[in-house]
Amino acid sequence: MAQAAIELIGINKSFGAVRANRDINLEIARGTIHGIVGENGAGKSTLMSILYGFYQADSGEIRVGGKPASIKTPNDAIALGIGMVHQHFMLVDNFSVLENIILGAESDALLKSSIAKARSELERLEREYGLEVDPDAIIEELPVGLQQRVEILKALYRGAEILILDEPTGVLTPAEADHLFRILKQLKEQGKTVVLITHKLREIMAITDNVSVMRQGTMVATRETSKTTVGELAELMVGRRVLLRVEKGEAEAGAVKLAVKNLTVKDSRGVTMVDDISFDLRAGEIVGIAGVAGNGQSELLEAISGIRHAVSGSVMLDGKPIDLTGAADPGELRDRGLAHVPEDRHHVGLVLAFEENENSILGYHDDPRYLKGPFLNVDAIMADAKDKIEKYDIRPGNPRLKTANFSGGNQQKIVLAREMEQDPGVLIVGQPTRGVDVGAIEFIHKRLIAMRDQGKAVLVVSVELDEIRSLSDRILVMFAGRIVGERGPEATEGELGLLMAGVERQEAAL
Amino acid sequence: MSTPYAKLPAWADYGLIPLINLAVAFIVAGFVVLLVGENPFRAAVILVEGAFGKGTGIAFTLFYATTFIFTGLSVAVAAHCGLFNIGTEGQAYIAGLGIAIVCLSFDSVLPWWLTFPMAIVASALVGALWALIPAYLQAKRGSHIVITTIMFNFIAASIMVYLLVGPLKPAGSQAPQTRNFLAGAELPKLNWIIELFGAKIRSAPLNVTFLLALLMAFLVWLLIWRTKLGYEMRTYGHSPKAARYAGISETRIIITAMMISGALAGMMALNPVMGDQHNVAIDFVSGAGFVGIAVALMGRLHPVGIVLAAVLFGMLYQGGAELAFEMPAISRDMIVIIQGLVILFAGALEHMFRPYIQALFASFSPRSVGMEAVKGKGA
Repeated sequence: MAQAAIELIGINKSFGAVRANRDINLEIARGTIHGIVGENGAGKSTLMSILYGFYQADSGEIRVGGKPASIKTPNDAIALGIGMVHQHFMLVDNFSVLENIILGAESDALLKSSIAKARSELERLEREYGLEVDPDAIIEELPVGLQQRVEILKALYRGAEILILDEPTGVLTPAEADHLFRILKQLKEQGKTVVLITHKLREIMAITDNVSVMRQGTMVATRETSKTTVGELAELMVGRRVLLRVEKGEAEAGAVKLAVKNLTVKDSRGVTMVDDISFDLRAGEIVGIAGVAGNGQSELLEAISGIRHAVSGSVMLDGKPIDLTGAADPGELRDRGLAHVPEDRHHVGLVLAFEENENSILGYHDDPRYLKGPFLNVDAIMADAKDKIEKYDIRPGNPRLKTANFSGGNQQKIVLAREMEQDPGVLIVGQPTRGVDVGAIEFIHKRLIAMRDQGKAVLVVSVELDEIRSLSDRILVMFAGRIVGERGPEATEGELGLLMAGVERQEAAL
Repeated sequence: MSTPYAKLPAWADYGLIPLINLAVAFIVAGFVVLLVGENPFRAAVILVEGAFGKGTGIAFTLFYATTFIFTGLSVAVAAHCGLFNIGTEGQAYIAGLGIAIVCLSFDSVLPWWLTFPMAIVASALVGALWALIPAYLQAKRGSHIVITTIMFNFIAASIMVYLLVGPLKPAGSQAPQTRNFLAGAELPKLNWIIELFGAKIRSAPLNVTFLLALLMAFLVWLLIWRTKLGYEMRTYGHSPKAARYAGISETRIIITAMMISGALAGMMALNPVMGDQHNVAIDFVSGAGFVGIAVALMGRLHPVGIVLAAVLFGMLYQGGAELAFEMPAISRDMIVIIQGLVILFAGALEHMFRPYIQALFASFSPRSVGMEAVKGKGA
């Protein structure tokens, strides 16, 4: 193995009683791609934040290129040649690519000379690593794949030899992700070291040389990627055997529960987000809607659930129309048996500042079961919350705990428990497992299939292709507001990926 | 991944932090006192003794506190619904009109215990209606409630000036105020309660409105944390999107919350008008509505905190008056500066020391981390 680019020795970091990192030892070889996997809350991001100077370790040593390093701020990290590409891009939307790249690294008080210098440097970097971006393009006009490229260029411009990427493919199409991987391989060939943080095991297998697995703040294993399997990694991550693909029987599709006809939805700026969409959802089936984020799936869900108004078209629930004027009462739709697990549980599906029990009635707070006249029936609400906690294994099992203090997976379970326990005829679910750890994913998938088997109609929207393929009885692919294809669950990833990228526009998107 | 975040135990969150803020405010105020050449320790003693040392002082302190409880509750109710009601001042002022109509009509024929309930309803109604217009504009037209309520303060002030120098002024009077109310619109004093504890009271305006304020504090607690309406208000206050998702009508909840807020603001007028001056005079609110913002923030939008913060501000008002009297170098304006410092540190800079205290707790008392000990806190 080549010389170590980074060595972490005995790193400890606690936040109060939470030991986010315990005795972490890690060696990352120069010129390799090193993957770090783990569930949410395993301590991956904390470890990388220590390496990048956002946090200070309580104890332990960091060596960069063999020499002990003190990294107190991100500037120290940059000076040591460590660059980071964040999950959420740190770009100024209305600046040009060049302006973003020199941001914080301006060489002069006047911008003009900095920009001129940056332009020639950028050209060199783009040539060297195959990272073509128009330096004068405005960030908000670039597709996310290119924005990410700007983030990488930013790090390289600052002289990064070691590049840390935090969940880089979450926002990309499969084709864009492939392109990113080609770039990372090229960086590796040029001698750069890449650290890839992800929870997608498939990516680890596809691109990394070595992989380290974290669980509950400890580093449980480091493997050569070629000598391990997805199954082994998943088991290491969770600490037990995991079903990566839920088993399910044949769907027995029944009557049409939800009929969407020629639905068109515009956003607040007047841009058409859902363009003349029609489909049926039947009892006893799961229909999955695949697509890259931002192709109208969110708007489709919101229109069906009565939150957003539609321009034209109709949605029939059990043969009766849903009010699409925007005046629809989501409460009334709940009464008619339409349950909705929204994509954004932090701002829509939950009130994070509420106690768990308060969230377990959100949207159903009109139900006489939870009320005594105008007053909340606190005893009934608590009993109900405890019941759901037990049934859905929500942890910690304290209904008085503030919802923000639950992990992503448990927050999602709170929403699912609330919506599923109302025994709806139709369940629509946006991003069922976004930000949810592997163990909880399995649980949630099993629940959704159990709903289907009880004869409920389930509509799932997800940007995770694996999830769509594993859950759905029928797959609809959305691109630019339209349904561009319907496939069975046997469709290959490549086939769906092409549809998701809009096929004919594939070249333009890259 | 979310940043691990140290939580404070309730006593620190609701007790220690306000006390530290207060202490810093007093230390800075002490320097101001020093600057004008007076002894800050003696000033502090005079302030506290003036407010709590004698029965009369206590009664005055509680009288002022009564006013601030109403305005603090008013601001808090709106804030729980995510609305910043800066119009408490104007809502209280215009509510004086409702009280005037009831009192001037009935003070000669009805006893106080019949006039009082009618005046309560009238003041609440007028305050609520004055808040309704900005609420409607916010809900239906998106006009920002902060802007419209400020405007409505000016409109209220102008209307009241017009009425008090014109139609409501008795013929021949020079003062811009209504005629004095008769016994039927004078509220009984509560000074005897303090006298029960052996203190002597010369003359102080503490009256039954104080009890009404405490009742309202309890009802606000009930509303916010124990009713469906309060639940909906808090949901909207934390996340309008979640409220939309939950089927809560934006228009209805904004208008309802603002009207309740306006009603509480309106009731504030009962205290000075029926309890003390026995007339409606120009500028009788004199900034209590704005103090309510500080009281609500310092009380962490919780009725118990608001009552305590209101007593504190009552102390500053009463003790400050004594201070201005005892120390000639400290003028009335100095008192306003000290009050301003308290508002600055307890209200505006409420979170200044929080990160340090959290870090301190995280290092000393790991058990406190991640535990939410107090029930039913919405803010």
